[in-house]
Amino acid sequence: MSKEAIIKTNDLTKSFGAFTAVDKITFEVMPGEIFGFLGANGAGKTTAMKMLSGLLIPTSGKASVVGFDVFKQSEMIKKNIGYMSQKFSLYDDLTVEENIAFFGGIYGLRGDVLEHAQAELLQRLQLMDQSKKLVASLPLGWKQKLSFSVAMIHKPRLVFLDEPTGGVDPITRRQFWEMIYEAAENGVTIFVTTHYMDEAEYCSRVSIMVDGKIAAMDTPRALKDRFGAKNMDEVFYTLARGAKRGE
Amino acid sequence: MSLIVKNIVKTYEKGKVLAVDNVSFEVKQGERFGIIGPDGAGKTSLFRILTTLLLADSGEASVCGNDVVADFDKIRRISGYMPGKFSLYQDLSVEENLNFFATVFGTTVAENKHLIQDIYVQIEPFKDRPAGKLSGGMKQKLALCCALIHEPKILFLDEPTTGVDPVSRKEFWDMLDRLKNRNITILVSTPYMDEASRCDRIALMQTGKILAIDTLDNVIGSYKNKVFGVETKHMHQLSQFFKIHDAVHSCYPFGDTLHVTPKDALLKATELEASCKLAGFHDVVIYDLKPNIEDIFMNLMGQNNGI
Repeated sequence: MSKEAIIKTNDLTKSFGAFTAVDKITFEVMPGEIFGFLGANGAGKTTAMKMLSGLLIPTSGKASVVGFDVFKQSEMIKKNIGYMSQKFSLYDDLTVEENIAFFGGIYGLRGDVLEHAQAELLQRLQLMDQSKKLVASLPLGWKQKLSFSVAMIHKPRLVFLDEPTGGVDPITRRQFWEMIYEAAENGVTIFVTTHYMDEAEYCSRVSIMVDGKIAAMDTPRALKDRFGAKNMDEVFYTLARGAKRGE
Repeated sequence: MSLIVKNIVKTYEKGKVLAVDNVSFEVKQGERFGIIGPDGAGKTSLFRILTTLLLADSGEASVCGNDVVADFDKIRRISGYMPGKFSLYQDLSVEENLNFFATVFGTTVAENKHLIQDIYVQIEPFKDRPAGKLSGGMKQKLALCCALIHEPKILFLDEPTTGVDPVSRKEFWDMLDRLKNRNITILVSTPYMDEASRCDRIALMQTGKILAIDTLDNVIGSYKNKVFGVETKHMHQLSQFFKIHDAVHSCYPFGDTLHVTPKDALLKATELEASCKLAGFHDVVIYDLKPNIEDIFMNLMGQNNGI
């Protein structure tokens, strides 16, 4: 219930040799926000996300995620966040049930707790009849719903969504955003990346990374006003075309 | 005709999975033809059939007058192919990859340098770097150079912009624009609907079927449904309201605007606006809107799925 930031970074930096992938980024994400994390390819988004999700130790600076320190408590961070991407989500050749059990197990759910979470998830998604089916046979929209729900099976307060809608049809893409809204309304904080600029408009706040730094961060409305832009596509274009690296 | 596709069908797993469902279309010499559709539409299967890497279950196809089965070897010589997955040699340098592809096709980089000059200058500073160590944008440029180096008559580009940021996507299409005067036929696929505007003609594809095929302007012009643009500060609440609204067929968010398709095409924007205000949405502004490609795709998808 606290209004303390769920992600808090201060001059967070990651260097690989002489190359500074992420260069002193400072920002906060508040509970229940849908935070859009944008940037051109090579801007440093992936490196920043890896540090925030406990997969990569930063070079310098400070950051805490769900109350844990990224330098010293990365294992605790991993246990207390959810993660989903379009590229890596569910195992196609496991059944719905097996996928839920597998990911539930990874997130530390055991025995009755796991069974209960599994039943609840199937019920909520109305997938009871499909539980013995291979995930490969599900329509894309259902796969997405299942994958998002599985990423939250351990009821994390924060979920990282890495290009969750890449390559997805326009209806499923929008249905997915309804799920994001629903989760956010239930107090889950969403940290999302996307290459669809219309989706940037659905975020409470957006940051745009250019060459390892946060070049702009605000509500979509304020960013459009500041850059005199019609839409987020124009805002992104104005900022990212000035990028020096990546190419 | 540069490309003729007739009733192509492709299934997997002994006919259980229908990947390409009776697809037919033709592409003229020098035309840029876009296959627009999400993952699972059948785009890659179609590309593999046309590049002679996969046999169709039934149907016929020819590339520059060569049959995809009987004359497969001829097609391979005149085609440039950029697969969806990066498939250059990661441990060869930029320059080595380019030399390799030129040699395989019996030519040299020097002979055809003029074809790739515009693109190659952008990656030339990194010519000694292994291809695997390039950034996404540079890999894409190198892959295009390698596909072009033997002066193909036709280019097959399978999702060249997938996973690429909006700025790099624009740059990629600008590169294709510069090939215009070379009269190379380009078949290109993409899941990004907005890229339809960069093609001479498009086919909208979903679950193996072509839903529509024409120029973008004609696809939009032939759309019969009315679409309203709706602006409000209360997007989420208003879209919930439209879901149970008697006069509304569908409502989808498009960035900071909602697109609403009414059940009755005679409904006026002012009438819908009045009903929103009555329900307490006082800031709502509703106006007639020219539908865009996503509106149309979603509508066709609905019909295709029997909704």
